[in-house]
Amino acid sequence: MVTKVQGMTGDEAVAYAVKLVDPDVVAAYPITPQTIIVERYSDFVNNGEVNTSFIPVESEHSAMSACVGASLTGARVFTATASAGLALMYEILYVASGLRCPIVLAVANRAFSAPINIHGECTDQMVCRDASWVSLFGESAQEAYDETIMSFKIAEHKDVLLPTMFGIEGFIVTHALERVETLTKKQVDDFLPAERTVDNRFCPDEVISFGSLVLQDYYMEIKRQQEEAMQRAYLVTKDVMEEFSELSGRKMEVVEKYKLEDADYAFVSYGATAGNAKAVVNRLREKGEKVGALKIRLHRPFPSLDVYEALTGIKAATILDRSVTFGSPGTIMQNDISTALYGKENVPSLHGYINGLGGRVLTLPEIEEAYEMSKNYNDIGMTSTVDWIGYRK
Amino acid sequence: MLEIPSISVKDLQEWSKMDEVLTSGHRLCAGCGAGTMARQVTLAAKALGDPIMLVNATGCLEVASTIYPYTAWNAPWVHNAFENAAATASGAIEAMNAMKRKKQMSEKNVNMIVFGGDGGTYDIGIQSLSGAIERGHDFLYVCYNNGAYMNTGIQRSSGTPKYAATTTSPPGSAIPGKVKWIKPLAEIMAAHEIPTYTASPAYHRDLMGKVQAALKVDGPAFMLVDSPCNLGQRYPPDISIETTKLAVKSCFFPLYATYKDEWILTGESAKIAKNPDRKIPVEEYLKLQGRFKHLFLPEWKSKLTEIQEVVDDRWNRLVSKSSC
Repeated sequence: MVTKVQGMTGDEAVAYAVKLVDPDVVAAYPITPQTIIVERYSDFVNNGEVNTSFIPVESEHSAMSACVGASLTGARVFTATASAGLALMYEILYVASGLRCPIVLAVANRAFSAPINIHGECTDQMVCRDASWVSLFGESAQEAYDETIMSFKIAEHKDVLLPTMFGIEGFIVTHALERVETLTKKQVDDFLPAERTVDNRFCPDEVISFGSLVLQDYYMEIKRQQEEAMQRAYLVTKDVMEEFSELSGRKMEVVEKYKLEDADYAFVSYGATAGNAKAVVNRLREKGEKVGALKIRLHRPFPSLDVYEALTGIKAATILDRSVTFGSPGTIMQNDISTALYGKENVPSLHGYINGLGGRVLTLPEIEEAYEMSKNYNDIGMTSTVDWIGYRK
Repeated sequence: MLEIPSISVKDLQEWSKMDEVLTSGHRLCAGCGAGTMARQVTLAAKALGDPIMLVNATGCLEVASTIYPYTAWNAPWVHNAFENAAATASGAIEAMNAMKRKKQMSEKNVNMIVFGGDGGTYDIGIQSLSGAIERGHDFLYVCYNNGAYMNTGIQRSSGTPKYAATTTSPPGSAIPGKVKWIKPLAEIMAAHEIPTYTASPAYHRDLMGKVQAALKVDGPAFMLVDSPCNLGQRYPPDISIETTKLAVKSCFFPLYATYKDEWILTGESAKIAKNPDRKIPVEEYLKLQGRFKHLFLPEWKSKLTEIQEVVDDRWNRLVSKSSC
């Protein structure tokens, strides 16, 4: 396989991948650290390199609203945002999934205000976990590129028809220049067929009402259909990742297992933190520690079975979570893992670490410290703990 | 730009043979002006021949016309949310434009009409509407102003007249109803330099002519409709059309069309401008409605004078810049 390599930031990788997809509509509003995506894409539009209708809306609320209107016509639709922008879209995230609009949304994960902050943190995407969107995280510019293309295929699959978002951490990934293996237009066209095959379009030829008032008598059935679509999205995502792995030569799975085969201890993380976790695994392995790392790439639908299989036989898991939930029994990812493993035999104690908020760097020694804490907790029989690390006490 | 076709009775006879777009069986209140307005708008649009597509903001018209699994709409129709009808339309329009360019959709003109009430337009949807107009998408936005958030139980909006009683501007002993004048929405939309019209379902031929003129515009157009609401404005359901007629006759709600510096009074308003004797006192309009009942108590009588003065001032300023 001849592969072309280009230097790109995470944002640029998204823009170049969307360029290959050439969606019908991109409706977006600028917000740091997502801006490079829409800037590059505007270049492609104004230079005639794509055939997209670019709608430079006056807010993220209108961005998602325009995406819903566009998607209902059967069009292929993309948008990108971050933090406050994603929060402003929140109301319409539910409309998008409720009306089964396969919109693709890139999130440049950024901390929420207040205090205002522009840097990397995944809380913005995490709080959308209940909105019936397929949700992925990417570790690098390469994964941003790959997940952009895969997201369209997952969202538009006839068994899914749910919107799909994927996140890359602000600045840490969005603005870091990295090596990206690119695909050709032909490869992407073969992977994502051009035909717009959605049934029941909002179009001049079909007399259909979309967005009806649905009361007690039917609402719950419609919500249940969304849940069933979510369950199917798990299988579809696996298939799409397998197909994409063959296409790209890069192994892509809903979770990534690193040196877990013989491990007694494990890190669990997602996004850019996974790179640091793997580096620490290497350092600890040199010291003779039997440790590995699990990266969660697909967060919704949650890959419970894959997580269970990966963590079976592990004594203690150190969960590194660059997002925050207040007053909760665990970190957001820890809560999901706990539920997935509860009551099962031979599963690890779970130790959540809220870290890296507002772009705070979590150093490798700090990750090693967390590892030691988890081991100690496990040794004294504590099965579930939550700590904040990497801040002034 | 402002050439408004004259709709004859013969035209109406002809159009009445077409299938209705808002069909019977919807659950709007008896006497509601929104249904009448929507039927007039869609009939005029359908008569142009091109397919129509409808976007509806959350509100009475949306809620009452599509209670699942039924729909009263005999045309493609979508409801997204309250504040984003114009943005939704912009997405649909540009998506279809892209798919036409890519040969994923057949080339044909579509008349896109957006309906929003005063809450969804004057208040929560004005940003989305202003943005969509600035971007120049090809649609007609029809705001049916019934003077309050009627769907949620008659709360005041910025489309509520001054001193009107609503559930959030009750006529108390200290404050007699709503404290501010209606936001000049048509003027705000006209300031976007798009064709802008006002209309009343009591003057249906005037309204329908304006709809056809607006849909021939290549780009956005805006229409403000005075939409009577017997439940919220508090009068018997059989005088809805009479009520909005009096709004026009008293110059409380003048009928006009405007684009850039051109202002044209139409229909009854043009007649009043030519013959001021036709203008009736605003009290004639107010006294029919329970929402103004308190103004006829001795302690608030001065408010009636104030309303008349402001209506006269606005009317005189409109006449001075308009042709008819």
